Amino acid sequence: MTALPDSRLSRWAPLAALLTTSVLLTACGSGGEDSGGTSGPAKSGGTLTFAVGSDAGCVDPQQVGSNESIYSVRQIVDSLTDQDPGTGKIVPWLAKSWDIDSRATTFTFHLRSGVTFSDGSELTAQVVKDNFDAVPRLGALGTLAQGYLSGVESTTVVDPLTVKVTFKQPNAQFLQATSTHSLGIESAASVQRSPQQKCSDGVVGSGPFVLKQYVQNQSITLARRTGYDWGSSRWSKKGEAYLDKLVFKVVPEAGVRAGSLQSGQVDAISSVGRANEAALQGGQVTLLRRANPGVVFGLGVNNSRPLLKDVKVRRAILAAVDRKQIADTVFPTGTRPATSVLAHTTPDYTDLSSDLAFNAAKAKSLLDAAGWKASSDGVRTKGGKKLSLTISWFPNAATNQPALELVQQQLKAVGIDVVLKQGQVSQFATTLQGGDFDLVWSNVTRSDPDILRSSFSTQLANFYRLPASSLDTDLSGQAATTNADKRSELVGEAQKLIVQNAYNVPVVELQTQLAVTKKVHDLDFDSGSRIQLHDTWIG
Amino acid sequence: MRRYVIKRLAQAVGVLWAAYTVSFLVLEFLPGDPVSAMAGAGMDSGEVDPARLAALRHEYGFDKPVLVQYVEYLGRAVRGDFGDAISTGRPVTSTLADALPQTLQLTGAALLLAVVLGGGLAVVATYTSQRWLRQLLLSLPPLGVSVPTFWVGLLLVETFSFRLHWFPAFGNDGLRGLVLPAVTLAVPTGAQVAQVLAKSLLTALDQAYVETARAKGAGRWRVHLRHALRNASLPALTVVGLLVGQLIAGSVVVETVFSRDGLGRVTAAAVTAQDIPLVQGVVVFGALIFVATNLVVDLVYPLLDPRIVVASGRKASLA
Repeated sequence: MTALPDSRLSRWAPLAALLTTSVLLTACGSGGEDSGGTSGPAKSGGTLTFAVGSDAGCVDPQQVGSNESIYSVRQIVDSLTDQDPGTGKIVPWLAKSWDIDSRATTFTFHLRSGVTFSDGSELTAQVVKDNFDAVPRLGALGTLAQGYLSGVESTTVVDPLTVKVTFKQPNAQFLQATSTHSLGIESAASVQRSPQQKCSDGVVGSGPFVLKQYVQNQSITLARRTGYDWGSSRWSKKGEAYLDKLVFKVVPEAGVRAGSLQSGQVDAISSVGRANEAALQGGQVTLLRRANPGVVFGLGVNNSRPLLKDVKVRRAILAAVDRKQIADTVFPTGTRPATSVLAHTTPDYTDLSSDLAFNAAKAKSLLDAAGWKASSDGVRTKGGKKLSLTISWFPNAATNQPALELVQQQLKAVGIDVVLKQGQVSQFATTLQGGDFDLVWSNVTRSDPDILRSSFSTQLANFYRLPASSLDTDLSGQAATTNADKRSELVGEAQKLIVQNAYNVPVVELQTQLAVTKKVHDLDFDSGSRIQLHDTWIG
Repeated sequence: MRRYVIKRLAQAVGVLWAAYTVSFLVLEFLPGDPVSAMAGAGMDSGEVDPARLAALRHEYGFDKPVLVQYVEYLGRAVRGDFGDAISTGRPVTSTLADALPQTLQLTGAALLLAVVLGGGLAVVATYTSQRWLRQLLLSLPPLGVSVPTFWVGLLLVETFSFRLHWFPAFGNDGLRGLVLPAVTLAVPTGAQVAQVLAKSLLTALDQAYVETARAKGAGRWRVHLRHALRNASLPALTVVGLLVGQLIAGSVVVETVFSRDGLGRVTAAAVTAQDIPLVQGVVVFGALIFVATNLVVDLVYPLLDPRIVVASGRKASLA
């Protein structure tokens, strides 16, 4: 369906390149943080119309995992905590404060008083307990929330405004998890409904906006909650939100989204790809971009495969990939090449760019040293065997195929033959579980470095078949400490071990790119590179 | 006549059963697993718990033997129950029922436009005595059939919505929102109507009865419309049955380009999510519409041309 914009882009490629450069300059000029120019003080009122590309078929924040649905449902619920996107620090929201025991197994939250849900009921420790107790019953859509609460032993009500969550094992990531939409708090009546009812009819939250109407595959309409007075401590406006109404329209075709924004039919759009950037230049439009935190897009290595067991071969792949070329050719403008296994927006990220520098000569000498000899057809051999690997990939993003075709060329240049193996998106989980892959193209969005433990600890699923090593110690150590400095040190150590042993081949940071008209102000990303619209205004 | 009707009804039921069975088999043997698809949705989750997957499989009955699943589901489907969609948990039948009016509106408007414009084109092209004009008009239908629908749609949106601001680019709201998608969908369909009707009109105009009519002093328009068109419309009517199928298929693209809700969008979403109950519902429902249209066409035939029942009856008695 993107065939038209793509072909149009290639015909006008030189012009497009020129124009996107100027868009980038304008975006930088406007300062990034504030999407508006000079238009006076913030004012209340108005409707923001936001076109998104898809609808997950569900309006329960605890259940959805798709970014495009999170944009809207996030506004319905408040969370116990919030996370500062700049520092990664966890700050108060529904919880005024919290205590964590030294082993990071017990989390006690002290709730704000006077918070009400839009059905009039009050926020109490019991409601929070009911929410967390119901999470395991959420079903297939609720895997995010279930993951955050896995290993929970009990949730207890200490007093009407104090709730205590106890885990069987140390679980430092839980504090950040309480800041996500997945653990957004819903009213007692909402929690009692079945997951299906919550999906189709929506939920009652205490958030700055209330769900008014949901038409599947069409639109989600939200209205401002009057009397709202318990916003996150990091929001600039106190009390109610500025906007009267939020309308999210589902517009699957990227070209139609871009045209609708240009022609003023909508105020903001999501999922702006490189192909649409040229179409959006010049008008009254600002592009907003932020790298998604978590594990960057890259090649997950099956470390148990005979060819890939050899660290020299893995390191050769690491050195043979020209990340900058891939980021600049395939991905939206501003996309950063990976400089660690974590994106630079993840708390405790460590810059390892020197380990990830492109160096074809180094790759070749590593392969020579590993005994893989260059041959006439360009593919190296050892003992009559060809150095041939498959990359499994799934069409969940339009950028996957062109990115991997570049990787294929780059590896070919140092003598590694790569076969690209496309699967169904739905096969992703089973492929990882089954282990029948050499390399797999994937990423994970999460604004807590504990995501490294989920992906690389040999004590969990260990999809990448890593051997047990000191990496495990670092990963379980960071999950068990509440000391920020110590945790940062362990997370840094883990990143080094993963990159230097080439357990994974980081390639590019996934970037979320939105476009808004110039009359939209303060539409900012949250720590997960999603949006919070309480402070947003139109003028 | 009764025998003819019963035979046609039996055929219709057979087609429905075949559609159900084939779609069941295809979905059964397709690689991938709808339950892990849901569990790994968005790929934001790092871990998928095998025990949870097993529980979900049990919940949806995917752990039973294939034959048992087939018989159970078929039994329920006959009673109009296709179960709940995996992706939303809503009953399949109510999901389809909600989407149906939108698609009927769209396909109905498109069919009307296709018949009026395509038919009009065929009549004018075959009527004109200007050779160059006829050639020009007759070259339009092949063009209309061959341009991709989504391209036509994007072109219309670009011109009439983004530039001229006459119509909205997306949504299901009212008559104005219906114009561009209906025109888009009517282009290939109308082109086919024009192709078939023009061809049979040209054939009819060569027939002896047309000569007779002319000899009796009937005017050119009268001969063209009263005599030739009436006879030529029979093959075109046959095509209408096929066109309905094509319109439903085309709605997947048109509803996506114009962000309209409807069966096409439901289909696209169901296939992407490998939502087996929903895909099954869509396939059988699509087949039902197709079969019903063709049944109506088949039953209207004998009214226009009694020879059809006679021929069919003779064949039946021979068998």
